[in-house]
Amino acid sequence: MMSLSDTIAAVATGMNQGGIGVIRVSGEHAIALSDQIFIPKKSGKEIRNLASYTAAYGNIVNEKEEIIDEAIVLVMKAPSTYTKEDVVEIDCHGGIHVMKQILHLLLKKGVRLAEPGEFTKRAFLNGRIDLSQAESVMDLIAAKSDLAAKTAVSQLKGSLKEKIENIRNELIHNLAFIESALDDPEHYSLDGFDVTLDEILQHVEEEIGHLIMTAEDGKMMKEGIKTVILGKPNAGKSSVLNVLMGKERAIVTDIAGTTRDTLEEFISIQGIPLNIVDTAGIRETDDVVEKIGVDKSLEAMNQADLILYIVDSSVPLDENDFQIMESIGEKHVIILQNKSDLSSVVTREEILSHLNKPLIDISAKEKTGFEEFYKQLNDMFFHGHLSYNDEIYITNMRHKEALENALSSIQLVRQSIADSMPEDFYSIDLMTAYERLGYIIGEAVEDDLVDTIFKEFCMGK
Amino acid sequence: MSDQNTIEERYDAVVVGAGHAGCEAALALARMGQETIIFTVSMDSVAMMPCNPNVGGSSKGHLVKEIDALGGEMGKNIDKTYIQSKMLNRSKGPAVHSLRAQADKAEYTRSMRIVMENTEHLTLRQAEVSEIIIENQTVKGVRTKSGAVYYSKTVVLCTGVYLNARCIYGDVVNHTGPNGLSAATFLSDSLVENGIPIRRFKTGTPARIDKRSIDFSKMEEQKGDETIVPFSFTNTEEDIKREQISCWLTYTNEETHEIIKKNIDRSPLFSGAIEGTGPRYCPSIEDKVMKFADKNRHQVFVEPEGEYTNEMYIGGMSSSLPEDVQYAMYRSVPGLENAKIVRNAYAIEYDCISALLLKPSLEFKEIEGLFSAGQMNGSSGYEEAAAQGLMAGINAARKLQGKEPVVLDRSQGYIGVLIDDLVTKETKEPYRMMTSRAEYRLLLRQDNADLRLTDIGYEIGLISEERYEKFCKKRDLIQKEIARLSETMVGANKTVQTFLEENGSTTLKTAASLADLIKRPELNYELIAPLDIERNSLYEQPLSKEIIEQINIELKYDGYIKRQRSQVEHFKKLENKRIPANLNYDDVHNLRKEARQKLSEIRPENIGQASRISGVSPADISVLMIYLNI
Repeated sequence: MMSLSDTIAAVATGMNQGGIGVIRVSGEHAIALSDQIFIPKKSGKEIRNLASYTAAYGNIVNEKEEIIDEAIVLVMKAPSTYTKEDVVEIDCHGGIHVMKQILHLLLKKGVRLAEPGEFTKRAFLNGRIDLSQAESVMDLIAAKSDLAAKTAVSQLKGSLKEKIENIRNELIHNLAFIESALDDPEHYSLDGFDVTLDEILQHVEEEIGHLIMTAEDGKMMKEGIKTVILGKPNAGKSSVLNVLMGKERAIVTDIAGTTRDTLEEFISIQGIPLNIVDTAGIRETDDVVEKIGVDKSLEAMNQADLILYIVDSSVPLDENDFQIMESIGEKHVIILQNKSDLSSVVTREEILSHLNKPLIDISAKEKTGFEEFYKQLNDMFFHGHLSYNDEIYITNMRHKEALENALSSIQLVRQSIADSMPEDFYSIDLMTAYERLGYIIGEAVEDDLVDTIFKEFCMGK
Repeated sequence: MSDQNTIEERYDAVVVGAGHAGCEAALALARMGQETIIFTVSMDSVAMMPCNPNVGGSSKGHLVKEIDALGGEMGKNIDKTYIQSKMLNRSKGPAVHSLRAQADKAEYTRSMRIVMENTEHLTLRQAEVSEIIIENQTVKGVRTKSGAVYYSKTVVLCTGVYLNARCIYGDVVNHTGPNGLSAATFLSDSLVENGIPIRRFKTGTPARIDKRSIDFSKMEEQKGDETIVPFSFTNTEEDIKREQISCWLTYTNEETHEIIKKNIDRSPLFSGAIEGTGPRYCPSIEDKVMKFADKNRHQVFVEPEGEYTNEMYIGGMSSSLPEDVQYAMYRSVPGLENAKIVRNAYAIEYDCISALLLKPSLEFKEIEGLFSAGQMNGSSGYEEAAAQGLMAGINAARKLQGKEPVVLDRSQGYIGVLIDDLVTKETKEPYRMMTSRAEYRLLLRQDNADLRLTDIGYEIGLISEERYEKFCKKRDLIQKEIARLSETMVGANKTVQTFLEENGSTTLKTAASLADLIKRPELNYELIAPLDIERNSLYEQPLSKEIIEQINIELKYDGYIKRQRSQVEHFKKLENKRIPANLNYDDVHNLRKEARQKLSEIRPENIGQASRISGVSPADISVLMIYLNI
């Protein structure tokens, strides 16, 4: 259970607003902890020295005093705040990546990521909101928790879930062995087990370390703007995809374990995450409309946040093009007029008369025109026209927090082993690691340990 | 009911059943000044041990020490009647050191009966209680099979495994309790009539074999410890030291397993003749063989049932196989080739209730004044039963005194963990205590049970003034000595460095406190005596073993202990948020359906308990806290 007395933080504005974002910190240590990551431009304006409802301008810095971003901080002191606790608001403008970094800095200092609706919950419990509003607060929490839980599990990549499950199984098995031996010392001996366990944990530590790196890259979750590439056969959809992927090959992930019909590619273009849904294997057939029919591609379109519509400018517009353009409607779309390297039979005006949307000339073959496309993408994103479920970002961060907790618990076990502590001391931190990893895949602990003891070890009189 | 021929008597409290739960309940009630009558189907079965001949063991030893710290009887009784004593897990951390003693069963029973018979305000009566008299959801007393009525404001049910008991091996079914004692066949109906659902559990016991037919030369001897640690904090080693009797270890083998596999279809457990749910932690030998097929042998402990009997308990081989198979399988074990069985192994089925019907005080939520403890609540084990019996007895007495019940929480003792688990979580099998169930086990050690609970025992009136004074002195000494050791500094001078080198410890760079030195794995309180100049002049006689043990543990495991204490602080915050008993969960719209249903059924006393109910999520807890504005 989460404590009411922790200091919590959350992104107060959606992370999608590329411009300015606000991180809000609330709790007993909000001022002291925020103070550690902020250096004001004018001395004397340190967070700890600010009067209530005054702001200061300065830099957010990491442990090495490297500047992460410029920010304005606003200090509000208890009890005249929304939560009736000390609150610090950090306004920064460096975009998603920077906001994530700032949140991480705060978490490292001992701030906890807020649960869904937790600010509002505190506001209520501290008497800021009156009883008549209780109902809506509860609705909010119920709904948000539900969404968060769904997001957490459904957005987790299949292979990662499996990896975490494997680690958890390893931990609970060893935990059960220790406990069986403690419970029935005449049956099971722990002689030499410290060495065995240390080896296992070294491996576990590495595994969790990899997972943390994955989470850092944002590759843990299917986060990103859901993007669909459309176009008639041979318009060059697969070539465009290849160019996009080639540009950022280093951070393209190949996800084993995703099923054929939801194959997705994750691409980060200048910090903007795109989640490209390959509706039916554009790469192989280049033939999406014919193969899956207009109905299916419409469905894919409906779920997309962004459509990249590829027009082959070397052949006249045909029935396929008209159908696509008609059904795009109010969706965000960027039209890519491909094959500008060949002589064009389709004019910009012709396309724009059917679909008045941003249009860029490209050649997938020559790899030209893409810079302009990226600029367009950037503009749409930072003007807030494009966004995606920022719950996913938060979830990803929550996962990272859980992984880091699990890692430090494993390190504590190894420390206990190194200190020659008796085996029963291992259990405490092994259990914590198991529990934290469980958060990520949405598993509560319940009676797992006792069940495993009985299932795997023969006990009894 | 004013029939002239009907016996009518009045008491403050009635206890039904005189097993380990019943004895503790009745003694607590009587000692707290309540006029109490206890019923048993046989005066010869008071505090009887129908299964294993020992008390304590992993985590169960903790329970016994806690019972003693609260003023219960079990620890004192086993100290009087043990024939072998062992501290298990001595090489492990102090949290899992567990005391276990082999009992002389007959002596254990006799000795407890003497205590019971000589306790003021306590009446023993041999009779079968056939009905609980309940009016307007309030208990009024009990009626026995003969029609006699005993009025009382409180009744504690400690029926053990006797309700509609059936003992089974092969196709032989005896409608009796353990050891051929008569079963109680009416009480279940009376409970059902009063809206209390009954469920069916099962357990089992191995055969007893004549010592003269055993070849011990083929077994490994298992001796007791040289240093004896008493269960009761009122005893010292010198008070109870005695010559000990050995147990013996042997193993099953492939042949044993073959015999079992070949006859498995004749087991009532596998044929379906037994319906009750058995415990996974105490499987019959046929269960072990079938479930852990890869193991080619299982341990068998041959334990004496007493000093003056030839019966030996065959630990590890409980069974419900037919008599002829039992003979064959026991005789396949080295040392038991010529075994003569005195009593067959059997499985026993019995009625019990779900403890979810109870408050943490062990009083029924729906029936005022009716309490329940022990195997009746779905637990197993003498110690688990005694612990509940004690708490039920205390709380029945508190009710009669018009006082708030005493409820131990999970951070105070194993008893708290046990009862919280029983009344909060659905147990699908007889519940056994385990150290892994205690999340704060580093704090809940068997060595500090007195420090944790004597205050409470004194406050409720079960600890005498004299014992309490002695206890306070011990506690003060520990605290003062730890403070002194933390403040006393030693410099990096030659004497100190030489001492450290001689003891295989690294030398000092700067001054350190004596406490810092004790924290080093290779040093302890006794070892550093030469550096502690003040010590001898402070105390007329050296501090007791128990005090030194506390000092060493508190200092050596300081870091871990502090971490657990801070977890406990967090835990207490939620435990202290009370939920009104009459809360209608249907009014809390935002709870998920499953959570609402579970909460309505269990009706937790506080937010902490609510959060431990399976199916209640953190979001449900948030919603609940907001609804209650706590």
